[in-house]
Amino acid sequence: MNYWPLLGVAVIVVGFLLRFNPVLVVVTAAISSAMLAGFTVPALLALLGKSFVSSRMLLIFVLTLPVIGLLERAGLREHAQRWIGRLHGLTLARLLIGYLLLRQLLAMLGLTGVAGPAQTVRPLLAPMGEAAAEKILPTLSDADRDELRAMAAATDNIGRFFGEDVFIALGAVLLVQGFYAQHGIELTPLSIALWALPTAIAAFIIQSVRVWLYQRRLQRRAASARTESAS
Amino acid sequence: MLRIEYAYWLIAAFLLYTGLRNLREQHGWHAAFWLVLGTLFGSGDYVLAQQATGHALPAQLAGIGVIVLALLAPRLRRHAHVEGNNAEQRLQSAIRLGHKLFVPALLIPLVTLLVALFGAHLFIAGHAVFATPQMTLTGLALACLVSLFAAARVAHAPMRDGLAEGRRLLDAIGWAALLPLLLAALGEVFTQSGVGAAIAALAGTFLPTGSAFACLLAFALGMVLFTVIMGNAFAAFPVMMAGIGLPLLIHQHGANPAILGSMGMLCGYCGTLLTPMAADFNLVPAALLELRSPYGVIRAQVWSALWILATTFMLMWLLVFR
Repeated sequence: MNYWPLLGVAVIVVGFLLRFNPVLVVVTAAISSAMLAGFTVPALLALLGKSFVSSRMLLIFVLTLPVIGLLERAGLREHAQRWIGRLHGLTLARLLIGYLLLRQLLAMLGLTGVAGPAQTVRPLLAPMGEAAAEKILPTLSDADRDELRAMAAATDNIGRFFGEDVFIALGAVLLVQGFYAQHGIELTPLSIALWALPTAIAAFIIQSVRVWLYQRRLQRRAASARTESAS
Repeated sequence: MLRIEYAYWLIAAFLLYTGLRNLREQHGWHAAFWLVLGTLFGSGDYVLAQQATGHALPAQLAGIGVIVLALLAPRLRRHAHVEGNNAEQRLQSAIRLGHKLFVPALLIPLVTLLVALFGAHLFIAGHAVFATPQMTLTGLALACLVSLFAAARVAHAPMRDGLAEGRRLLDAIGWAALLPLLLAALGEVFTQSGVGAAIAALAGTFLPTGSAFACLLAFALGMVLFTVIMGNAFAAFPVMMAGIGLPLLIHQHGANPAILGSMGMLCGYCGTLLTPMAADFNLVPAALLELRSPYGVIRAQVWSALWILATTFMLMWLLVFR
């Protein structure tokens, strides 16, 4: 058994850790593995070229960009933000869970860019969350605020991650399909996307429970603060 | 008959357009990157056809093209674009159009789904409208065209504005757009080079490969571990798939490929929630929200990630060998 081609994996790990450009790292890893496996230069170039053009389906998402660009110019992002703004006045748990649901649904449609840390969490969700938390516990410490904002960012990430896998034009589904197609296993993108649904539902439930537990912890602290001041 | 090749030509045309616009604006490196990529897309079918008949030269030239892309990628800087509309205009338009703005975006998955489900039964004058290979993706390309038309109607803008805006987004994404494609190609190169076989042989020395459960656990934890190290589940996928997924789980234990691929990738996503290497998702928001600890967001995600991982693994174990 020739173990030298494994160094290609090491090239990726080291390259990513040292923050070289990922495109350069991946191509270097491919070349190193093939060289160490004893490919000649012409055979290596042919393998690289053939593997690349056989994976072209992975770039099909660029066809959605003109649509999204046009809609964003017509205010899609602003509309999504106003929509999220309407969650204003809900309790903390309902606010975060409602946002989680919207974020997951938008990601399932491929609209991952209309919400995000810069687009919605920092300007909307975090301040709205702090306002809702202050209604429960008026004496929020700085550490509490940090925890709350981190919770908002976490909710945003989880909503996005476990929604986008259900949309067939984004990387995850097509990467899986492309990998199998090159190894002689033909699958439709839908059959792969469908199996991301159970985890999407599980992620929604798990994060909702955690948000709800967090709110209950705040409520208990508020209750004990009240009994202390009463006694 | 609509074939997937048309979709590739459409992508090629869009990439070449992006390249030419950059050329005109004298962003030389960007122009070169998109023009090379567009050429690779446009000539892909010719390359594959020639390769199949034993002519390796076009594939070798494509290989050189890939290396050129890798050398150009570090030179791409994100340059600021002038927004087509100012914030006030966009807000007014958002208020006026409201939920109508979601309709064209909804059309993309909807039309794709319709083609995927019923495309095979569609005939015009005895000819199938859609070719069988990659019908879903052909449907997706068609859906994008339909949706672009709808978006132009909703936004009262000419379709060429869509091209200009799409090009702006593509330039903003830059080389990152290429990463999933390259990682899929890497999986193929790894397999051809025997990386998968080597990992499988290594795994065989310490893993009870006769146990389907042990293999599945190693696969899932390997996805998480590699994602944590590299900050990217897409990069972990070809490695783990070539090493454990394909040889041990699918070929030896008869795992269902669709479930294994989908849920295996999701295990990797749980790893993304845990790692500072995924700076865009974990470190940048912490800075944006002015948290005192850069790892605050990761701390808030740890328990969710572990529970989601445990649930996904359980589901995978229950479903994948049926």
